[in-house]
Amino acid sequence: MIIGLGHYLAVSAILFTLGIFGIFVNRKNVIIILMSIELILLSVNINFVAFSTFLHDMGGQVFALFVLTVAAAEAAVGLAILVVYFRNRGDIAVDDINLMKG
Amino acid sequence: MTSFVSNLVLIAPEAGLAITALVLLVAGAVRGERAGGLISWLSAGALLLAALWVMRDAGSSAQAFNGALVFDQLASFAKIAVLISAALVLAMGNRFLRDENIIKYEYAILVLLAVVGMMIMVSANDLLSLYVGLELQSLSLYVLAAFNRNSLRASEAGLKYFVLGGLASGLLLYGISLIYGFAGTTRFDGVAAAAGGHMNMGLVIGLVFVLSGLAFKISAVPFHMWTPDVYEGAPTPVTAFFATAPKMAAIALIARLLNGPFADLAGQWQQVVIGLSVLSMTLGYFGAIMQRNIKRLMAYSSIANMGYALIAMAAGGVVGVSALLLYMGLYLITTLGLFACILAMRQGEGMVERIDDLAGLSRTRPGLALSFSLLMMSIAGLPPLAGFFGKLYIFMAAVDQGLLWLAIYGAVLSVVGAFYYLRVVKIIWFDDPGPAFVAPSATLSLTAGAAAFFMLPGALWLLPALERWAQAAAAALS
Repeated sequence: MIIGLGHYLAVSAILFTLGIFGIFVNRKNVIIILMSIELILLSVNINFVAFSTFLHDMGGQVFALFVLTVAAAEAAVGLAILVVYFRNRGDIAVDDINLMKG
Repeated sequence: MTSFVSNLVLIAPEAGLAITALVLLVAGAVRGERAGGLISWLSAGALLLAALWVMRDAGSSAQAFNGALVFDQLASFAKIAVLISAALVLAMGNRFLRDENIIKYEYAILVLLAVVGMMIMVSANDLLSLYVGLELQSLSLYVLAAFNRNSLRASEAGLKYFVLGGLASGLLLYGISLIYGFAGTTRFDGVAAAAGGHMNMGLVIGLVFVLSGLAFKISAVPFHMWTPDVYEGAPTPVTAFFATAPKMAAIALIARLLNGPFADLAGQWQQVVIGLSVLSMTLGYFGAIMQRNIKRLMAYSSIANMGYALIAMAAGGVVGVSALLLYMGLYLITTLGLFACILAMRQGEGMVERIDDLAGLSRTRPGLALSFSLLMMSIAGLPPLAGFFGKLYIFMAAVDQGLLWLAIYGAVLSVVGAFYYLRVVKIIWFDDPGPAFVAPSATLSLTAGAAAFFMLPGALWLLPALERWAQAAAAALS
């Protein structure tokens, strides 16, 4: 069997869906939400690299590098906010993030 | 080599602001905590200087860095609006932050960096620069939302904003990757060429993902969940910032994206935009009725206002975009004025933010009460105040493009909106007064007064100037 573009896209779509579900189904821990966001970004990277190879265009790989960089910054900001929240609340269970009713 | 230099000249306002932010960061680290107020004023000055610079070059049109960024009338319109509102927010927030004891120099620097991100967003001519600008803006805003780090509410607001914002940028990126795959490039002109060809399902799916990600940034329903909580939890000057500059930047970005590279797919995205618009107007207005907190009320009001802006977006073309920009300009002025009034809601022991705290304001602080009521009536769309003309332009654009029913729906809903805006006016003028507010700072009184004055029929001669400017900006897209 030849592994074609479709296979890569399918893997990436599955990872993307897992990431989305990880955010909404998980009721336990905010860290898992951060991991799900990373999963979404990495699934997008698979898309970019696969398209880039099949289109013979470097643009997608450059984009993937940018995404990696931004994902690192995003994780840093997210963890910092989480630490601040933990200091104030003493807990990071998702169900307890309900001080305001939204 | 010369072309590189000319590129640098084009991005001078952005680069200048970024360098200013870095220099001020070092200055703040050296001077320590006491430098907060000074750095805030210096940043506001830098923002105004950048606005002047953008204004100087406003007539021209050019591209930089191999077409990654474009500098046209639309970009300069949005940039000037963003820069001036950010500078005003910095100037208005100083006293609040000092009184709440959270005046730290990082605040102004984060605002500066967010503004640089917004300027890149509105100039983006490539999906890569769009993404990088958007993330620079978002990451700064996440931190700003949680800026009052000793407050549980603020950190909860920051956390919610971060999680939902991360999800939105994930959706946006997935869409961008699909567009890249099916168009073969991330440049807007290349995407336009691909969209102009035969019908391509991958591009349409990608566009829908991108639109969902961007709808989050303008808090359009069903991507609005964060808005009321973040508006309530964040410190009020930060809320004022959230309600103004990022909205303008994201709206200008969406306008460029839909009417530039995806102009040929108008039949596809128009349905999505109409859906977002109808949902936002409905939920924004009905959700606001029950609110007791003025900041939550402003959150629902901004959701509803984005719904109106999306009517003009759905109409599209030069007519639609110029009505959109005019409406956004008026929205920014009104919102800045309203937040100046909200920042003035301070009693002896601290900030108050319940709507009932406004009771009898007309007797304790008549000037503030007058500005507050005029702004509320204008944003409700009562003629002959300026807000009415903003809505009128939008409805005319919608009718012009054959969206008569959407215009009628918007007009009917604005009656519901008038109910809760006028309830605030009624509380201000007819309820028994509570404890008086302490005297607002000169910046707050001036901003509130100037914004209210602009809403008056006497200032209507200013409206055609704004309209001409919006039309010139919209013409840059076609």
